[in-house]
Amino acid sequence: MLAVGIDVGSISTKVVVIDGNKISHLIKPTGWSPRQVGLESYQEILEREGYNQNQVGYIVGTGYGRISLPFVHKVVTEITCHGRGASFLQPQTQLVIDVGGQDSKVIKIDRQGKVQNFIMNDKCAAGTGRFLQVMAATLGLEVSELAELGKLGELRSPQGDGAGSPLVINSMCTVFAESEVIGLLAQGVDKASIVAALHCSIAKRVAAMAKRIGVEGPVTFTGGVARNEGIRAKLEQELNVPVIVPPECQFAGALGAALIGQEILLRKRALH
Amino acid sequence: MTRSPIEDFFNLREVSILKIKEMKDKGIKVVGSYCTYCPTELILAAGAIPVSLCGTKEEPISAAERTLPRNLCPLIKSSYGFAVTDTCPFFYFSDLIVGETTCDGKKKMFEQMQQLKPVHVMELPTIKKSEASFQLWVEEIRRLRVWLEENLSVKITDEAIWQAIEIVNQERSLIKAICDLNQIDPPPLSGLSLLTVSWSRSFNSDKAETIRMLRDLKERLAVHQPDQVSVKQRILLTGCPVGLGTEKVIRLTEELGGAVVALENCSGYKTLELQTNTEYSDPIVALADKYLQIPCSCMSPNPYRLELLERMIHDFRIDAVIDLTWQACHTYNIEAYQVEQLVQQKGLPYLHLESDYSSTDLESLKVRIEALLEMAGNS
Ligand code: SF4
Ligand code: SF4
Repeated sequence: MLAVGIDVGSISTKVVVIDGNKISHLIKPTGWSPRQVGLESYQEILEREGYNQNQVGYIVGTGYGRISLPFVHKVVTEITCHGRGASFLQPQTQLVIDVGGQDSKVIKIDRQGKVQNFIMNDKCAAGTGRFLQVMAATLGLEVSELAELGKLGELRSPQGDGAGSPLVINSMCTVFAESEVIGLLAQGVDKASIVAALHCSIAKRVAAMAKRIGVEGPVTFTGGVARNEGIRAKLEQELNVPVIVPPECQFAGALGAALIGQEILLRKRALH
Repeated sequence: MTRSPIEDFFNLREVSILKIKEMKDKGIKVVGSYCTYCPTELILAAGAIPVSLCGTKEEPISAAERTLPRNLCPLIKSSYGFAVTDTCPFFYFSDLIVGETTCDGKKKMFEQMQQLKPVHVMELPTIKKSEASFQLWVEEIRRLRVWLEENLSVKITDEAIWQAIEIVNQERSLIKAICDLNQIDPPPLSGLSLLTVSWSRSFNSDKAETIRMLRDLKERLAVHQPDQVSVKQRILLTGCPVGLGTEKVIRLTEELGGAVVALENCSGYKTLELQTNTEYSDPIVALADKYLQIPCSCMSPNPYRLELLERMIHDFRIDAVIDLTWQACHTYNIEAYQVEQLVQQKGLPYLHLESDYSSTDLESLKVRIEALLEMAGNS
């Protein structure tokens, strides 16, 4: 029996299918209809992997669009799912930092991946993928270009070569930070240094949240923003512990959902 | 159809408005207050009706923001907003207002309120342990007595105060007995019912009747037979005051499948253990002793709140604690750290929420509460 996890995020929708030891995943932009994309990506992954719907034993939905999935058996919050997923990907981890499209969260988990405590920021865009999106647009860049450019900025900025004071973006608020960036561009500051400074600003913000919960031992960094190496490195610097980005970093939530589904299936089977 | 045991409490506020109007027409005075530190016994002893004016609705907040800063506790803004727009019948009926120097926001708001009605502000000491504090509070209660006597043109006798103490003690112990019924599993009262009972009773103009109603409710609930083993997570709510109109956290928690079995805040359990000791020879000293024990976060330090929480966690068999801070309430917000430590020591999940009276954050409250319930084993 297959266990399926569907994580409908604000920017992308992720699906994970667990078939015994085989794990497959799929990601798609969420677009305007979380309901539709949820169903579509579910059907697509089954087809791609050559499964049919009768083989599916349990579906768990999570993420901000979790309530718009009428076909799931159970809905679980992204907090619980990310804890489970990250623990599976990095079994030693006790702290998960997830920076997604419209929120960021820090989750403390036990060895089984059970949530002990969490903090979540979803009130403002600062420290989320949304912040990066807005800034990239202001700079006339794609979000995917930021990481590379940021690395360049690290080398080029005064901080990178060890002389002078580093460029900083003072404002955490997306609106104010945007005008700061426009101001810097007008002064002729190069984009790479600005990107490096933006990475630093997000990392500081997220690190402050993590410190509030208490940072112990290696941290697992997940969510779309975790793919940005510049932010990961800054975060490591701020927290003083290894910050590990698993290759499946975007799938932690969907994976956790699927794992919860699998557990329910096993429990059911044990009852029969 | 069986009558809901708390039905009488649903309409209590509305019914009271009419009753108070009648009594006012007969010349009986009404004294409004905003906080549990107000010694209502003196108001009763003066032959006046004490009413609670604490604002629990969002509507008047925008009017309040014409005078008060936006970044202020919504409870204060709502309270002031009702006053300045004259849209709360209880404020409208109030001849006099009693306030206390609890938190800075309220204290300074009362200065503004002076323009609308006669407001008497009591100086509440915030360090309980010192003898000087106790003496000050005794003197402040004496000063309130004189002020009430002058403004209501009555004499408040010791005997009348002792009588009022008797009534209030009785009311307290009845409400406590009702709240304590929720120690069993499943609880006879939902969180919303609990709130309805404990919050609404403060509007009743007739304490003797409140006592009758509470006694009746207690009897009806005592026969409640737990039908099955409950699978719901048992939640304790602590933090800033909650009333009908600001019950969103309770409502969401119960909609998501939890059971709010106990409320520690001001409309709930916070004051319920406190009885005025009738062994004292001076009723004012007896009152001072009781009121100064209230574990509000305005007190520094405030160990009794933690003791109370610890006991409640045990007695009500709590699975998780939600601590609600209204936006810009510094004292509860800071104390949340100590509450978190206590709850975590007990090995229970803890959730601190900061919110206001609007419904703009329902979704974000929901995901947090849902996650808390999952932590407490609901998955
Ligand atoms: S929380 Fe404190 S200040 Fe507020 S009503 Fe209760 S006792 Fe008064
Ligand atoms: S909730 Fe806090 S800030 Fe608001 S009135 Fe009560 S003590 Fe003051």
